[in-house]
Amino acid sequence: MSDVVQNGGQAPGDAAPTLTKKDFTSDQEPRWCPGCGDYAILSTVQAFMPELGIEPHKTVFVSGIGCSGRFSYYMDTYGMHGIHGRAPALATGIAVANPELSVWVVTGDGDGLSLGGNHLIHALRRNVDIKILLFNNQIYGLTKGQYSPTSEEGKVTKSTPFGSVDHPFNPIALALGVEATFVARTLDNDRQHLTEVLRRAAQHKGTAFVEIYQNCNVFNDGAFDLLREKSQGKHNQIRLEEGQPIVFDDGNRCVRIGDNGRYEIAATAETEPASIVVHDPHGRPSLAFALAHLSHGPDEPSAIGVFHEIERPVYGQAIQHQLQAATERLGAGDLGALLHSGDTWTVE
Amino acid sequence: MSKPVKERERIVVRFAGDSGDGMQLTGDRFTSATAVLGNDLATLPDFPAEIRAPAGTVHGVSAFQIQFASSDITTPGDHADVLVAMNPAALKADLETVARGGVLVLNEDSFTQRNIEKAGYTADPTQDGTLDGYQVYKVPMTSITVRATEDIGIGKKEAERAKNLFALGLVSWMFGRPTETTLGWLEKKFGSRQEIFDANVAAFKAGYHFGETTELFAESYKVEAAPQAPGTYRNIDGATALAWGLIAASQRSGLPLLYASYPITPASELLHELSRHKNFGVVTIQAEDEIAAANIALGAAFSGQLAVTGTSGPGVDLKAETVGLAVIMELPMIIVDVQRAGPSTGMPTKTEQADLLLAMYGRHGESPLPIVAASTSSECFSAAIEAARIAVRYRTPVILLSDTFLANSSEPWQIPDVENLPEIDPAFATPNGADFLPYSRDDKLARPWAVPGTPGLVHRIGGLERQDGTGNISYDAANHELMTRLRQAKVDGIADDIPPLDVEDPSGGADLLVLGWGSSLGTITASVARARANGQKVATAHLRHLNPFPANTGEVVRKYPKVLIPEMNMGQLAALIRAKFLVDAQSYTKVQGLPIFAEELEREIARVLDE
Repeated sequence: MSDVVQNGGQAPGDAAPTLTKKDFTSDQEPRWCPGCGDYAILSTVQAFMPELGIEPHKTVFVSGIGCSGRFSYYMDTYGMHGIHGRAPALATGIAVANPELSVWVVTGDGDGLSLGGNHLIHALRRNVDIKILLFNNQIYGLTKGQYSPTSEEGKVTKSTPFGSVDHPFNPIALALGVEATFVARTLDNDRQHLTEVLRRAAQHKGTAFVEIYQNCNVFNDGAFDLLREKSQGKHNQIRLEEGQPIVFDDGNRCVRIGDNGRYEIAATAETEPASIVVHDPHGRPSLAFALAHLSHGPDEPSAIGVFHEIERPVYGQAIQHQLQAATERLGAGDLGALLHSGDTWTVE
Repeated sequence: MSKPVKERERIVVRFAGDSGDGMQLTGDRFTSATAVLGNDLATLPDFPAEIRAPAGTVHGVSAFQIQFASSDITTPGDHADVLVAMNPAALKADLETVARGGVLVLNEDSFTQRNIEKAGYTADPTQDGTLDGYQVYKVPMTSITVRATEDIGIGKKEAERAKNLFALGLVSWMFGRPTETTLGWLEKKFGSRQEIFDANVAAFKAGYHFGETTELFAESYKVEAAPQAPGTYRNIDGATALAWGLIAASQRSGLPLLYASYPITPASELLHELSRHKNFGVVTIQAEDEIAAANIALGAAFSGQLAVTGTSGPGVDLKAETVGLAVIMELPMIIVDVQRAGPSTGMPTKTEQADLLLAMYGRHGESPLPIVAASTSSECFSAAIEAARIAVRYRTPVILLSDTFLANSSEPWQIPDVENLPEIDPAFATPNGADFLPYSRDDKLARPWAVPGTPGLVHRIGGLERQDGTGNISYDAANHELMTRLRQAKVDGIADDIPPLDVEDPSGGADLLVLGWGSSLGTITASVARARANGQKVATAHLRHLNPFPANTGEVVRKYPKVLIPEMNMGQLAALIRAKFLVDAQSYTKVQGLPIFAEELEREIARVLDE
């Protein structure tokens, strides 16, 4: 179904580069904890990238600080391992400077939603042509187990031995709230679903925000078990498919328009077919927002897939248009003329 | 019958009024006319911090001071010879700046009981002896302006607002300034709005004729053109010069310029000016915060652009971590700090030079980087090019120090020939078939600049310590020591690539060296000239590179029995000089949000020589 270009960047007549997973795999051995969800994500991303037909030297991975931050070292592309929370800003500079590059940001719930929150929301608002993968494990792994802005209330951790009094973000709702043009959620070890979401994100023009539920088996094991297909997913994953009525749990449950126009989960058998919501990621984000709020978190049935997908002018392109328009109107800049502009006087 | 004209060698005029009275515009126009006439000049705009403080209060007084002369001058003057005060608050705020016996030109119409009280006077200063000892001229500027513009179809408020043009006309007559410059400018600015244009011209001419005709002013003054080397000149302020210097560096290097910043006084003008030059391919980004601005610039640097972020002291604080990342990533980037009075929010519109130690040491760990400082408004142009040259050649962030005074004040500048500007070679890495080593180094210890999009040079960089050569993450003990010393050696080596410190010592055997940096140059020049005229033997030297120092700096400071370092901080350069060269350099420190005055430094020089 994808219409991905296999021939990206090549002149007609040139042989298309046959890229493989190996081309995107660096010689550095990943050092995450055994069993970490990051391994699955890494493998899936490495396997997916050849499909874009964009060569590794035209690809940049920018990561921040956290376990997710190590990701850029394992991709055999250009990469920047930046400081905590600043990856979207670094990536903005890269993407604006060279719009030909395929720019990816790897961040986490701490790096992206705590210290880096401000840069994340502005990158989404600006619609910079970068793809943001946020590994949400609902914990701070690298620093050994403090709670994060997505941890549930009451969570007992190293820094909250009496339980956290913080209320968590809803990352999907947050992204929608800051005008993101592409918002999706997927799971670390659902290779097929993750690949499909990456594909949609890569095709999107502008910023793509992808939340990936990722298991930290050392500090927060099992946070997403309710949604895992192998064990219980079929019952609790609400898979969003464009144009399809939203039903799950083997069709036994659905999302319907309830009282006051609010969306709710109900038994399909007790629901008028006409009131079952049909998913449409385009248009205004209110539908997506309601879907994001169907659950309070991954300990309840939750939606996954592409929530929202619209087109808006892309930041870097808008900048380039302005440069071109200015040059057309004023002529290419002449430094000598600039220095001599305004009042001058000559001494003989 | 024309009035007698007295010749003067130099004059200091200060315009002062409410923030809404147009004093900056008046000052700018007077400056233009003065420049065209050929005087040497220096200006000092003196803004209040608030955009619009309550009208008529001392907090809202906005002033513009200009010194102009028929000889070389280097400062805007310690005291005003003429103060034009548009209201009592301006008089109250600025009377202390006027020299004894100076001229006060007051807008008589605004000296109402109410305004006098609002200004904080208990009695009318024009009646109670406060102004004894000055030459006071009371001129009904507002009412004459209203009368002069009454046949033009504008409202009374608009008419009153044109009184600054009346003041400009009057002062233009007082000093024989050419009127064509002002009239030409009015035509360009208001030509399309007939009534506004007519009103401003009428006000300007009314002021000029008032001086010429009424008996209030018995004489006018003339200040002859100063000798200038042949060439084409323009007046330029530091902000414009710095912005244009960055554009010049972009052109001379072939690197597109990307400027990312966050609005902050007094650096916002850099963003405004650069944002207008999109036809030079300049990308300006107003980032969400200071840290984003620095990171956006760093990302652009990775992508092979001339990346710059500009701010003032508070922003440098915020950017520290990112600058440290640039140090370890060894990427070229310029951080412009237009210094202002601190600490913290401080006095945003007042000048200071107290960020030197912040520039030197303001990152955790051992994090050296080069520092360049502009000394005059026009020198901001070449300082920007120099900062770019060093950043690109050595693959390093560079801090470029300017200050509020340099940014806002203006002086004549001989326009350089574009062809003579230094070329900058980015020398991007090119693949050569072998494995790419991102942290290999050339003879200057600079590493390769390998830009994303280039085949064969794929690599990753980051903030963790890296292995010499390969650039892989390394926690090896010996490697960290090696890399730390290499980063230091790279910066130290720049000393071989910058001009030696130039010393001026006409006596040949000076007892005292006055050493400075930044905008104190003008004051040092003026005060030392006076000291020498008094027979004192004084040498001067001025640093433009603060890290590394020029190679001969130690030799210079050790040569003189006494070293005096005047600074608008608590002794920051002195601390560096003392630490590095073990000389007993003495400080003269002033932290008032004002430039050091020539006469106070002259007194200090005499005092130090007497010790």
